[in-house]
Amino acid sequence: MRRRRLIKTSLGLTVGLTLANGLKACSSKPSSSDSAAAPDAAGKVSDAKLTMVQGGGFPNGLDLHRVGTNRPAYGISWAMYDRLMTFGTKELPDGSLSYDYTVLKPELAESWEMAEDGMSVTFNLRQDATFHDGAPVTANDVKWSYDRAVSIGGFPTFQMKAGALENPDQFEAVHDHTFRVKFLRPDKLTMIDMAVPIPVIINAELVKPHLTTEDPWGAEWLNNNDAGGGAYTLSEFKPNERITLTRFDDWKSGPLPQIKDVIVLNVPEAGNRRALLEKGDIDINYDLSEKDQKELAAMDKFAMVSTPIENCLYSVDMHSNPELKGKENPFADVKVRQAVAYAIPYDAIMDTALYGQAVPMYGTGSFEPDSVTWPQPTPYKTDLDMAKKLMAESGYPSGFETTIAFDMGTKEWAEPAVTLIQESLAEIGITASIEKVPNANFRSVLVEKSRPMIINNFGGWLNYPDYFFFYAYHGQDATFNGSSYKNPEMDKLIEGALASEPGEPEYEKDVEKFIGLAWQEMPRVPLVQPKLSVAMQPSVSGYQYWFHRQLDFRQLEKA
Amino acid sequence: MTTTTFQHTRYVISENWITFGAFALFLVFVLFAIFGEAVAPYDPLASNSAIALQPPSLYHWFGTDQLGRDVLSRVMVATRLDLGIAVMAVALSFLVGSLLGTCAGYFGGWADRIISRCIDTLMAFPLFVLAMGLVAALGNTVENIILATAVINLPLYTRVVRSEVLVRRDAGFVEAARLTGNGDWRIMAKHLFPNVLPVMMVHVSLNMGWAILNAAGLSFIGLGVQPPTPEWGIMVAEGATYIVSGEWWMALFPGAVLMLAVFCFNLLGDGLRDLIDPRMRT
Amino acid sequence: MAKHSISKIIGQRILGAIPSVIGVVIVTFLLTRALPGDPAAFFAGPAATAEAIDEVRRNLGLDKTLLEQFFLYIGDLFRGDLGVSLTTGQTVGYDLLTRLPASLELTLAGLVFAIALALPLGILAATRPNSWIDHGVRLLATAGVSLPTFFTGLFLIYVLYYQLGIAPAPLGRLDILFSPPTHITGFYLIDSLLTGDLELFWVAASQLVLPAITLGLFALAPLARVTRASMLGMLSSDFIRTARASGLPPRQVLFGYAFRNAMLPVITTLGVVFSFLLGANILVEKVFAWPGIGSYAVEALVASDYAPIQGFILTMALLYVVLNLLIDLLYVVIDPRAGVDA
Repeated sequence: MRRRRLIKTSLGLTVGLTLANGLKACSSKPSSSDSAAAPDAAGKVSDAKLTMVQGGGFPNGLDLHRVGTNRPAYGISWAMYDRLMTFGTKELPDGSLSYDYTVLKPELAESWEMAEDGMSVTFNLRQDATFHDGAPVTANDVKWSYDRAVSIGGFPTFQMKAGALENPDQFEAVHDHTFRVKFLRPDKLTMIDMAVPIPVIINAELVKPHLTTEDPWGAEWLNNNDAGGGAYTLSEFKPNERITLTRFDDWKSGPLPQIKDVIVLNVPEAGNRRALLEKGDIDINYDLSEKDQKELAAMDKFAMVSTPIENCLYSVDMHSNPELKGKENPFADVKVRQAVAYAIPYDAIMDTALYGQAVPMYGTGSFEPDSVTWPQPTPYKTDLDMAKKLMAESGYPSGFETTIAFDMGTKEWAEPAVTLIQESLAEIGITASIEKVPNANFRSVLVEKSRPMIINNFGGWLNYPDYFFFYAYHGQDATFNGSSYKNPEMDKLIEGALASEPGEPEYEKDVEKFIGLAWQEMPRVPLVQPKLSVAMQPSVSGYQYWFHRQLDFRQLEKA
Repeated sequence: MTTTTFQHTRYVISENWITFGAFALFLVFVLFAIFGEAVAPYDPLASNSAIALQPPSLYHWFGTDQLGRDVLSRVMVATRLDLGIAVMAVALSFLVGSLLGTCAGYFGGWADRIISRCIDTLMAFPLFVLAMGLVAALGNTVENIILATAVINLPLYTRVVRSEVLVRRDAGFVEAARLTGNGDWRIMAKHLFPNVLPVMMVHVSLNMGWAILNAAGLSFIGLGVQPPTPEWGIMVAEGATYIVSGEWWMALFPGAVLMLAVFCFNLLGDGLRDLIDPRMRT
Repeated sequence: MAKHSISKIIGQRILGAIPSVIGVVIVTFLLTRALPGDPAAFFAGPAATAEAIDEVRRNLGLDKTLLEQFFLYIGDLFRGDLGVSLTTGQTVGYDLLTRLPASLELTLAGLVFAIALALPLGILAATRPNSWIDHGVRLLATAGVSLPTFFTGLFLIYVLYYQLGIAPAPLGRLDILFSPPTHITGFYLIDSLLTGDLELFWVAASQLVLPAITLGLFALAPLARVTRASMLGMLSSDFIRTARASGLPPRQVLFGYAFRNAMLPVITTLGVVFSFLLGANILVEKVFAWPGIGSYAVEALVASDYAPIQGFILTMALLYVVLNLLIDLLYVVIDPRAGVDA
């Protein structure tokens, strides 16, 4: 019964599933819009040189499948490599641009068709597309690249699995320019998952001479060399210093980018990054701190865009198991957790730690979620009387001692926030000491779940509430379930939503229920939805928000 | 008698006015270390978001930080912790270093060889990275910062004590003590070590400044004490990120006080050296 | 005779250094393994499952016992393989080779700045002991060594780059618009001169100024002190008195006789200061985005990335040994008598 329903939806027949509509529209009109856009774009191509710096680290490799490749490296890979499909663009309420996860657009594949039975999709690759070395892109390259993504292990394989892409047998090079993906089971994430940064198309013939038995997928070679066919070629890679990309003028998978050279510089000090922008020595300062967001915007000298990060929350997670490290754990008491949620000085955190540059996620007063919108504000607001009352009713009327841990990598906002929380918790009898954990160790803290309270900043790539809850609240106890929260009722609701599609009544019911349950149980106290900000010189335009939170150089223009 | 003492004192002071200036400054720091909490105008931990990031004013001489805490009060209260870290670290390396150095110098032979080898090994480390590694491995608590600072200072004390003991080992007064039936340990403790002490005091003073700088450097890397404890190094490190946006007071004042403290210890060390051994005057 | 003693010194020194280096290797290995945090969890990526982390752990060889890991590491060391840095994605050997020149260039520049300032100041102070100049020099040098380097660096950037616009942007070794010279020595100043690119030389030099000053201020005090003391000693010695009495011009006495003979302790101190600065420039490199080995070690330590930390400390230990050897040899060259008791 359930199986039949799923098959139906994956055929794209369900009314209201915009994603499926998008797929249909694109596959029926092979790339006509792109060929129309091409002459326009060609007129804009220039010799402009763009320099940028970013917070959050410097790309540490060119192969995003390698173990240890960091998030900034995805931005470089995004420009150097093509994927089969990409997402559309939409305008946000504030007039800025964002990717649109409901619309899939052709990139290296100029069209695709779903099989009649809905159990496979066939991609028609562009006949004229070549890699940077001039070799034509064939279905064999695509097959090898997909095989690599599902076989190499680590994050790439994990991410592919999220879209039910698990096995090399699923991928078939039908003809030179025809590639087929067979589905293991219908899954609403499969098509989207082929447009995320992971399944890049690699020049297989170029890599093959460098394969060894120890390194069967050539990770070492690909990490330092360009085997792509994307809009930009690599012209200089100096690890930890700079990366220079140059436009690939024979790129066919989209309108040719306007900017010729992109230079990404490593400047570790945030103050120096800001000074460089203010002095006009760089064009873009990406991923700003909240303070810089506010102050650079106030200067009115730069083009600024701040976008709330989809499916992402800053939160305080409380360990909710009855025992922690063999000791009784006060946060297992739901009254204590609710008391904490009432004790947090939300407005002070918003003002002093986040400089007002985030979307508040608190204070509605109503415990009934009114929609499936995610994230949405919780009912809690700062109410110390209520908090004290709850503490008195709890098993710990005279309070207790605990610690709050936070990641040094997020200290710009987390440290003041934690200090304010510590002060406020003292009011309701909870004596908290602060533990700042070096960035590298924080992952272990998350994995071990060894701390009573932590500051969490989890965000999901794929913009579904069920996806967020699966990692943050589900009893599978994933890394990001910072409270180690386990509740069979919650699991059932999350699994129900995962198995259905947005727009279906079951889906809506489950989502509203699990959000409501989360508010009652409060294993994590959401604070705000953060924003991703960029400050650019006024000559730069075309910025678009992406879920992977990296710049797309192909869309930028510089006057 | 008293007048000559007075005159002599005046002479000494006038000849070493820098040292006595430094000593006076040192006393001021000690006073703040003892009474800092009592005389601080505000609670160093109380936040007040309404007055965050205010420049120096009549009410807040050193301005306020990002949480609206009074920088002056934090700087005052931090004195105890910073001097405490430096004193404890130096005392620890002084004690252990003296013991090792005296043993190595007095016994010679295998004891000397083993101790010197270990100290050589320690010297071959890039010391700051070793301190970073120790704090990172053991966790960033005050105790571990003290321990790491003590470890990287150990070679200095051991070497100095060893060489000083070595030259005195066969001196007449040691021989005399030995002949009157004193044991090795007694000779070391009662006769050799007191003779080495004055030279060591110079190094202790110079080292105190370095210990403070070292702790500040660890803070800058993120391996300092836990917030919200006020500590000069952390305050400079955190304030540094605010310099470009114009809030210079958060880094400048703690930085200036930190510098003054180190400056004071260095001058004091120099001065002590002059007093103890004028030939070493440099 | 001299030759014999030199080769003997080298032999003795190298033999004597071996236990230290072995000690460094062992301690470093244990220290990195004692770092908290699980590299497998860190490098497995954000959403990794327990199985994914275990797989990464196996790939990194961290599932083996400590002893096995140690012998594998030693085996690799003997083959000259320092391992791969997970943070930069390069082999540690490559990273250190490309970064060491940057650190050395910065340290040498800092040292040159310190010498250029400390020698004249020290001589000046020595010729007028206990005058206000003497005290002024002492205060200045002590102030220099009392500043936290990261604070000085950030402050210089703020004033000279951000406010006044005199200094270039703190962007490492070169301005954005320039590419490094052909790799010959790895020292940009030398390489640009060798390739005859004066503009590049100028750009590289101006990038070097601020970090070199920041670092050099730290070396001012010991150098000025030693210069002063050594000069004082020389000036009160018999042969200078004789030279003065025989009516030689003061300038010639000062520079021709006293200074030349006062150099020995200065050179010894120079060696000590150099190895100290090489370690101290970690913070300066971080502030100025300088791509040296110091900032490399910090990054690696923060990420619990074992191989680079081990490689860095080993390199520094070897440098330390070599440096000490050089100082000893220099000693022998300057003062042949020193060879006897070395």
